Amino acid sequence: MGDPRGFLRLGRSKAPARPVEERLRDFSEFEATPPEATLRDQAARCMDCGIPFCHRGCPLGNLIPEWNDAVYRGDLPAARAALEATNNFPEITGRVCPAPCEASCVLSLHEAPVTIKDVERFIADGTPELLPRRLPPRTGRRVAVVGSGPAGLAAAQELARRGHDVTVFERDRQPGGLLRYGIPDFKLDKGVLDRRLDQLRAEGVTFVTGADVGASPRGDELRRSFDALVLCAGAGRPRDLEVPGRDLAGVHFAMPFLTEQNRRVAGEGPAPGGPLWAEGKHVIIIGGGDTGSDCLGTSLRQGALSVQQLELMPAPPLRRLPENPWPEWPLVLRTSSSHEEGGERQFAIQTLGFVGDERGHVTGLRARRLDQQSGEDAGEIVLPCDLALIAAGFVGVEPLPLWAQLGLEPDARGRLVADPHGRTPEPGIFAAGDATRGASLVVWAIAEGRRVAESVDGYLRATQTDAPARQVSERPGAPG
Amino acid sequence: MTLPKPKGLYHPDFERDSCGVALVAQLGGGPSTDVLSKALEALGRMAHRGAVGADAGTGDGAGVLLQIPHGLYAAWAEARGLALPEPGRYAVATCFLPRDAPARRASEGALERASRHYGLVPLGWRDVEVDERALGASARASRPAVRQLFVACHDGDGLARTLLLARKRAARLAAPADFYVASFSARTVVYKGLLRAERVGAFYPELADPRVATRFAVVHARFSTNTFPSWARAQPLRGLAHNGEINTLRGNLAWMRAREGRFDVAGPFRDRGEDLLPVLEPGGSDSAALDNAVELLVAAGVPVARALMMLVPAATEGRGVPREVREFYEYHARLTEPWDGPAALCFTDGRLAGAALDRNGLRPLRYCRTEGGLVVVASEAGAVDLGGARVVARGRLGPGGILLVDPEKGLLLCDDEVKAPLAAERPYGRLVEATRARLVPPPAPEGAPAAPAPAGSPSTPAAPAPAGAAGAPAAPAARTPAAGDELLSRLRLFGYTHEDVTLVLAPMAQGGEEPVGSMGADVALAALSEKPQLLFRYFKQHFAQVTNPPIDPVREASVLSLRTFLGPELAWFEGCVGKSLELEQPVLTPEALDALAHVDRPGWRVETLEALFEPGDDPGRALGAALEGLVASACRAVARGAQIVVLSDRDAGPGRAPLPSLLAVGAVHHGLVRAGLRSLASLVVDAGDAREVAHLALLVGYGASALCPRLAFDAIDDLAARGALGAVDAGKARQNYVKALTKGLAKVIAKMGVSTLAGYQGAQVFEAVGLDGALVDRYFEGTPSRLGGVGLGEIALDAARRFRDAFDQGPAEARLPPGGLHYFRVEGERHLWTPEGVASLQRSVRLGDQDAYDRFAAAINDPGDHPTTLRGLWALAPAGPPLAPERVEPVASLFRRFATGAMSFGSISREAHETLALAMNRAGGRSNSGEGGEDEARYVPGPDGSSRRSAIKQVASGRFGVTAHYLVNADELQIKIAQGAKPGEGGQLPGHKVDRVIARVRHSVPGVTLISPPPHHDIYSIEDLAQLIFDLKRVNPRARVSVKLVAEAGVGAVAAGVAKAGADAILISGHDGGTGAAPLSSIHHAGLPWELGLAEAHQVLVLNGLRGRVRLQVDGQLRTGRDVVIAALLGAEEFGFATAPLVAVGCVLMRKCHLNTCPVGIATQDPALRRRFEGTPEHVLRYFGFVAEEARAWLARLGLAGIDEAVGRVDLLRRREGLGPRASRLDTAPLLTPPDAPPGAASRLCEGQPPPAPGADLALVDDAREALEGRGPVRLRRRIGNVDRAYGTALSGEVARRHGPSGLPDDTIAVELEGCAGQSFGAFLARGVTLSLEGEANDYVGKGLSGGVIALRLKPGEPEGHAIAGNTLLYGATSGRAFLRGRAGERFAVRNSGASAVVEGVGDHGCEYMTGGAVAVLGPVGHNFGAGMSGGVAYLLRDALPEADRARCLHSDALAGLDESLDEADARRLGDLLREHALRTDSPAARRLLEGWPAAAARFVKIVPPEYRRALEADHATVPPEPDPAARFEPEPPARPEPTTLPLVGSAPGVRKLHEVARG
Repeated sequence: MGDPRGFLRLGRSKAPARPVEERLRDFSEFEATPPEATLRDQAARCMDCGIPFCHRGCPLGNLIPEWNDAVYRGDLPAARAALEATNNFPEITGRVCPAPCEASCVLSLHEAPVTIKDVERFIADGTPELLPRRLPPRTGRRVAVVGSGPAGLAAAQELARRGHDVTVFERDRQPGGLLRYGIPDFKLDKGVLDRRLDQLRAEGVTFVTGADVGASPRGDELRRSFDALVLCAGAGRPRDLEVPGRDLAGVHFAMPFLTEQNRRVAGEGPAPGGPLWAEGKHVIIIGGGDTGSDCLGTSLRQGALSVQQLELMPAPPLRRLPENPWPEWPLVLRTSSSHEEGGERQFAIQTLGFVGDERGHVTGLRARRLDQQSGEDAGEIVLPCDLALIAAGFVGVEPLPLWAQLGLEPDARGRLVADPHGRTPEPGIFAAGDATRGASLVVWAIAEGRRVAESVDGYLRATQTDAPARQVSERPGAPG
Repeated sequence: MTLPKPKGLYHPDFERDSCGVALVAQLGGGPSTDVLSKALEALGRMAHRGAVGADAGTGDGAGVLLQIPHGLYAAWAEARGLALPEPGRYAVATCFLPRDAPARRASEGALERASRHYGLVPLGWRDVEVDERALGASARASRPAVRQLFVACHDGDGLARTLLLARKRAARLAAPADFYVASFSARTVVYKGLLRAERVGAFYPELADPRVATRFAVVHARFSTNTFPSWARAQPLRGLAHNGEINTLRGNLAWMRAREGRFDVAGPFRDRGEDLLPVLEPGGSDSAALDNAVELLVAAGVPVARALMMLVPAATEGRGVPREVREFYEYHARLTEPWDGPAALCFTDGRLAGAALDRNGLRPLRYCRTEGGLVVVASEAGAVDLGGARVVARGRLGPGGILLVDPEKGLLLCDDEVKAPLAAERPYGRLVEATRARLVPPPAPEGAPAAPAPAGSPSTPAAPAPAGAAGAPAAPAARTPAAGDELLSRLRLFGYTHEDVTLVLAPMAQGGEEPVGSMGADVALAALSEKPQLLFRYFKQHFAQVTNPPIDPVREASVLSLRTFLGPELAWFEGCVGKSLELEQPVLTPEALDALAHVDRPGWRVETLEALFEPGDDPGRALGAALEGLVASACRAVARGAQIVVLSDRDAGPGRAPLPSLLAVGAVHHGLVRAGLRSLASLVVDAGDAREVAHLALLVGYGASALCPRLAFDAIDDLAARGALGAVDAGKARQNYVKALTKGLAKVIAKMGVSTLAGYQGAQVFEAVGLDGALVDRYFEGTPSRLGGVGLGEIALDAARRFRDAFDQGPAEARLPPGGLHYFRVEGERHLWTPEGVASLQRSVRLGDQDAYDRFAAAINDPGDHPTTLRGLWALAPAGPPLAPERVEPVASLFRRFATGAMSFGSISREAHETLALAMNRAGGRSNSGEGGEDEARYVPGPDGSSRRSAIKQVASGRFGVTAHYLVNADELQIKIAQGAKPGEGGQLPGHKVDRVIARVRHSVPGVTLISPPPHHDIYSIEDLAQLIFDLKRVNPRARVSVKLVAEAGVGAVAAGVAKAGADAILISGHDGGTGAAPLSSIHHAGLPWELGLAEAHQVLVLNGLRGRVRLQVDGQLRTGRDVVIAALLGAEEFGFATAPLVAVGCVLMRKCHLNTCPVGIATQDPALRRRFEGTPEHVLRYFGFVAEEARAWLARLGLAGIDEAVGRVDLLRRREGLGPRASRLDTAPLLTPPDAPPGAASRLCEGQPPPAPGADLALVDDAREALEGRGPVRLRRRIGNVDRAYGTALSGEVARRHGPSGLPDDTIAVELEGCAGQSFGAFLARGVTLSLEGEANDYVGKGLSGGVIALRLKPGEPEGHAIAGNTLLYGATSGRAFLRGRAGERFAVRNSGASAVVEGVGDHGCEYMTGGAVAVLGPVGHNFGAGMSGGVAYLLRDALPEADRARCLHSDALAGLDESLDEADARRLGDLLREHALRTDSPAARRLLEGWPAAAARFVKIVPPEYRRALEADHATVPPEPDPAARFEPEPPARPEPTTLPLVGSAPGVRKLHEVARG
């Protein structure tokens, strides 16, 4: 540990965000990387805990004290080695993760936690180019990964690094899944993703895009041509709102709205305008989560007249309640960068229905205000609404013919069934990420992708039949 | 006649004993009966040093060795019609034989046949009359027939040899259990038995016969750790009597075995190997082994004094030892390893008799000589009543000292008079020089490194392996990436983790210190981990506790030596010098290793053997084959003449994996021993896996002479090159690393009480936990491994896994695995404390959330197939139908069995400390003060009845604030022998942490460093512990006394000894506990899980019939109700918790306790951080409530109504089903084996201890009643004898109880005494009590002096300047004054923090660890004065300390504070002290000085430690003028009991001022 008393000497200093008025004019990332000196100070605040509770927060088991120490000492190569030892895409989690590690940082017991996420991003961005890793000898075993979100990509990279031939099938035009088409560019610049995809390709991962797996190729074809299958198809089925007026024009799910804007930024989408364009509209977002917040920031950037985000639950407290002690995830009001930018949040609002004009287009949202404490009816309201975005969560995998083709059946909550090692009931077929877990964080997807890769690797080694016995003494010498 | 067989966890090898010894001799004149009767009297008067067993009548053994009473035997022979030859022409064998006639005759026949074989003529057997009435029940049942065989022989040089061989031949022919020869000599005879010390004469009535006359007699009273009837173990042995313990025994056994082969080849025992070997008789005690070794040398014609000097050498380093004597020792150090002990030895060859002390001098030996020529040497002064004879010399043996009596010539020779003539016998210096070898650097290679040498080619150093695959040389400072990868691969190959580099190597390389950790070890046992383990991790080092003391490797470095000798050891009797190459310490740099081959000595031959193997398909088999191959190569190499065998894994690489270095060393060491070749060559290890102190200690402990941790050097070079070591460059980093390793090694060997590396090497003072028995027997023979476990197969698999990871990695890892051994890591080793565990526990106690507690407990109680602990291997089986919960012992009752662990105020904050006390007092449990005193304000309950007083008061080695008042305010007094995290080590509270409050409570000065020594300086041996227990019971008869031990193999024997010493409770601590800071190697490599220690202690106590006398307590990472119940099933009645209650009040296991940066305000004194403390007593109470309820639920399920029913019910523990492959190899049956208890033996506390011995001192309390009740002063006159121990202590307890810390005015109770005081004279003497003694005193005078006054003066007419008191005076004194007109022994005023004293000479280590007070020495000063002295003032006479002697006599700590002149205040203060000294003792020396006062002050120098001086100056507390000394004797107003008042330091006004400032 660099400085045992660093936490007593230094306070928390977060990465600076660009001014709101400036960042609302574009879709570039809202946050800037702080200067190295600031980050070294922040890293010095890490106490190198005997039990790093940040580990509890992070499903990846990130070696946070190690890389904090390395950053403090200015040893970036060591920091990067430690960071990449557990995390395939730190440049992504360094941007989009809600940082449960910081919530459980021991410093947050009495003061503000270490800016772990900033330090992570700093280390990850400090690499000008992502050189491919040196790979072990090829095993000749073939693995298909379905879906190129964070789980699929992590699984693919880990499997390639274990010497297997990996093909990733992606329905969209470009790989990345949720990372590319779900997360707004102001949170994650897609160049960051492309850089990492280049590394994957250089490490031997093949991407097949525009592939509607289930139609072409079909499930049985995949099973025939590959030694193992990893299903990382995400949890893309949105929860619907069954209220009167749901079918009015102008009432949409959130994800298509976000996707269209991301395509637009990428130059592959439609020009501004159309039903999924917020400019000049009263926008109402139903759902108080991250997707809703992304819709908020996107709407503001598109020039909405007004934006309101409705949440059914009462407003969470500003501070931890006693029954929610550290190091548990703090159930408190969170203000995202989008919330800082404008719009209005309303809590304890139950959506009753939509009202529309004669053209069948939505004009307002009818809702019931609930008492924050008792949950009792506190009167009805009607809010003006030209564009309603439903961001009420997801209910499992999309219903695809592929599942039946592979002999799989999603459970009651719409998730693919797999054991903790990602093994489905069908031998050789594995699943990971939101598809098995339900919609969750990117870190969880990466962690599951890594875990499933390990069990696929174990499966492939166990099912190896014709390959010659791997004699250690015959192996080439020390790499180099 | 023998000890029980090993069963369960009991093993007879673990037995210990100790005792009192004496030698009585008459100079000149013929044999007399007086000598014998005086010797037997001495035995009777040292009875308290021996012990009695479970039945009161049976002693541990006692006896006497005397010259053959020819008159008696001749008369017997005449009556039988036998003609006994002249004295000297016959020998007598005194035998213990079966009482059953046929068996007896078989044994007798064996001795007769063996005698005839050696030309001795059996004359007849004599029955020795014995009186059974002198025996206890158990001794009576086991009594052998005592018979003597008389044989005619020729007098001559070879007689001793002949008798030795005949005896050993007979032992070989007879059944060992039925045959024991107590003595077989033409000169001496031994009468001994399983007797109480005072009953030797009663058992052997003939000893009272007037014809039994002798010129000298040696007696011995034994205190053993068992109660088994063992007649043979009684002493004296055939040639010596030993008080103490031989720490190096295992090594001595091994090395003796290693050299035995040579005895048969040449020398006086040539061709007699069949009878001679083994030299050390199996089954004997450590003392018996040493006796065997001395006997061998004497039989070979070596003078007995030389034999003792050779085997038990004195320390010569940095002392004023004459050159010849030093060279004598240097010569013999190359011939044999020392027998290190605490050892006080009385010895004889039949003509000469003598006494000797080991190099540490930790056992007392006092001697005196009367005008009439009577010489008495004994463990205690006053052991013989001299009947008013004038004493002309009185003294004590110093460390390494020897004394020899030649009764016929009438000579008494002391130390140099003995040593000088022996040292002059041969030109030892020249002999050593002539053969001395030196390391010469190898010729520097031109440019690039030389090509690798052919493998195994002799005498050729293998050059460093090429750095990269391409063979490009790479300098460490400019590593190419490829070189970096090469290093990474090698690090992975040898199992390095990120932690090894950053947490272990980096701090060593940067700071030269061994790294420190906190909060114990909660990681899985090596045998239970899924990670590949280094073999080192399976081994736990033993440490000294109770039966011998650990040593302070820093403050007493002068007796410590890491010197190692390399080369062949030449045979003892061939008269040449062995081991010619001497290294200062055993760590070799790669360069030094290379230089080894270039030693400039003819015949020097180095062979390097590759310690490698090819794992292949069956790594286990490959490993086994490689080891056998290595052993065979080593044997061939040595047979060919190799003098150094280097075991090297440097060529490990893609083709071949390294053998675990420890396995290679163990295999080759034992292989060479078995082949009889071991003494011909030294082993050197060139290892990649060794990196830590513990690794070095293990390799040396299993036989290596030197070690090159090659890869660690590479890693350090790399760290330096990457700038990870700050400003430290690679060269300095290497130096630092070597320094840290060697310092750590010194600490490790000192922990065992061993003071030389030569004694530690091969001594195997380790236990293996989780290694297969067959593996251990083959490669680590003699190491206990009681649970079995992994074998070669698993070890090889681990090696193969590392090998694969290094060269055949899956995902290319650019880094090392995280490790997680010290700190929790998700991918690392499993810990018991996890983020979830801490979070759940804290949630449960804050919210009263039962579910959260259940989650916490479930994770620990049910580890599935991955247990971390031994208790995790078990399931609980009901004893009967489940009970209704309400029928189980209630929570309130369970609370009374709970205690919190000892954590000092100082190590944790006041807030945390008091929160624990408040909670435990409220619940009826007990909190523990820890070491560091306690604020008296806490003894007074608050207005709401709450109490912050710690019910358990600890008495630890530092004795901080241990006053009479502290001791009487306790329900339990806990003697801390060791602590789990660092058994055998001391501690240190750095000055910067000692704030005003802590200083006040510890009776010290703010800013002054406080050192806790490794040993209690009043417990070097088991009888010493008995004495301390006695002292504590005297001062506070209401408190129970407990003794805290740490689990290790043999702790059962120690516990039995502790029970016999009178303790009421014994606490067994696990290795994993510990909340304080400790070196990482100690945290992970010393001590055992509490399950093992507890089970062993319980079994051995039951086996000995002692269990009913003591409570068993346990602690060490206890967390849940199930832990409590399992501990009860293994034998515990009470349960201690430390970490878990701390977690309840907010601890999050930062493991930063040593940095003072605890972010939750617990382990810190920083006021800002302390404010963050959020714990409350309710948190603690909720936690214990959950634990108690969970325990009740378990008990109900088991069908047990309470803990008492559960104690010892190991039959309810079953092996859990479905354990993993490694876990299932552990066999816990030894823990679950009920002992073979004697019928009716108690299996839990039921009777308690008998009350401590009554004594004359108790009457003092009544005699002084008037004064105690405040009705004026009392004057008393009494006689005192050495059996009157802890005189004045009970009275002081009463004073403290009635009058609080300030006691009574000085001299309110004045006792005039005459005679010889027993041990602990005036211990904890309270203010107001004065003891004035005319005569002399023994050890521990004024121990814990608490304001009282002690004055000692000689009897009128005796010579001045002789010894008047023993060792370790004023230990832990806090206030009061002591005046000694005479010399004291070792460690005068050790850890004194406030008493003032005048003494007329001190032995070694004077004023050690002193933190306050004042000491004036008016005479000679021994070595190492002022070591660890961080406070107080010492005044030394300039004349007694010439310039030339200063560096030798003064420790560097004292030298740093040496001041040549006294200022005015000093002169006044010293003058006052001298005046009082003159007044109280009538000292001529003081009078002479005072005549010229104050000018005579110039004859003194003073020592004030710089830190102390600075602290005093910083507080503007200059020493004010003392009050007029006359005023001191004026009656003061009666003291008011004032609980908040502090015990003021009588004559250290500066300190008093500080206290006042602190209070205000």
